[in-house]
Amino acid sequence: MKNKFWLALVAILALGMATTLFFRSQIAQASPNGYSIGATVANFTLQNVGGNSVSLADYKYKKGVIVVFTTNHCPFAKAYEERIIGLDKKYASLQFPVIAINSNDASDYEEDSFDNMKKRASEKRYSFPYLQDLTQTVAKAFGATRTPHVFVLKNEGSKFTVQYIGTIDDNYQDPTSVTKRYVEDAVNNILAGKPVVVTQTKAVGCAIGWKDA
Amino acid sequence: MRKVIALLGLGLLFNHCEANCQQVNVIKWQEVQEVLTTSSDTTYVLNFWATWCKPCISEIPFFEEVQKNYKNKNVKVVLISMDFVKDLNTRVIPFVNQRNLSTKVWLLNEPDANEWIDKIDPTWSGAIPATLIINNSKKKKVFFEQKLDYDRLVKELSDFL
Repeated sequence: MKNKFWLALVAILALGMATTLFFRSQIAQASPNGYSIGATVANFTLQNVGGNSVSLADYKYKKGVIVVFTTNHCPFAKAYEERIIGLDKKYASLQFPVIAINSNDASDYEEDSFDNMKKRASEKRYSFPYLQDLTQTVAKAFGATRTPHVFVLKNEGSKFTVQYIGTIDDNYQDPTSVTKRYVEDAVNNILAGKPVVVTQTKAVGCAIGWKDA
Repeated sequence: MRKVIALLGLGLLFNHCEANCQQVNVIKWQEVQEVLTTSSDTTYVLNFWATWCKPCISEIPFFEEVQKNYKNKNVKVVLISMDFVKDLNTRVIPFVNQRNLSTKVWLLNEPDANEWIDKIDPTWSGAIPATLIINNSKKKKVFFEQKLDYDRLVKELSDFL
């Protein structure tokens, strides 16, 4: 009788471990080479459209940053452009600003060249940096695959950790029909000192065009 | 029923089209779900694309070839457009007609993609182009988040036939 009990217990534990491992591997597959939730982000320095260079370390006195991988050409990125501007408007004053990064290989789409990035940023009066990731090393470090692809980073004493990875909200076609504001929810929770509830989402987006791919 | 109404509606709108003119069905997730769960011995090739996506457009001729050459081998190709539904008449239908596509084209109007991306494949990040080859009666599927060419499609399909 006692033996049966232990056998059952061992079986249940083994099953539990197996399912945990299974789901872990599924999550790991989603971003094979990039940061996962909780990971510490390495500093990066990129060229801004304003001519200056911008580093993540420049934000050491902020509460966090909203890193958005985006492009000029991608219709999904265009559909979200006003909402990205809106995020910076809302959260920059709360010490949680936006950093936009274009990692696309400009030889795929002329619209994504540095000159056209400058034009776009000035036309739309971006209140945040719009950085060119010419070597694509930052996109690879993050595991960004598409645009727009958002990473919400929390800063604790110059240590930036990933708290949310995914899409801005649940309706790319129509901002007025949005019901779930994933990025806002994540930032609001971090600002309130609470854990982020939905930490990962997916969205359809333009694949980042890799060099030599 | 909904499909029939949609077809009738589109038929009325584009009744000026000649025999080769293809219709684009605006669909909801349910239609994709039916393909993913059907028990028939049909091999489906579902390609996710959009009119403005250069790598997607460059691989469309290969899917056309597959659809023509495998018609009698129980292979069905569907090009599932991720274009915005507002661009149906201005971009998607003109594109399909200009290229004279004979492959079936759907426009999936489900903006909350987080709800369905994992159901296509858990490894899909959401970037396009992406392609799923599935045959339920053979319990086989393969998924690619990348551009494919004709030789690769033929090679992959050989495992299904």
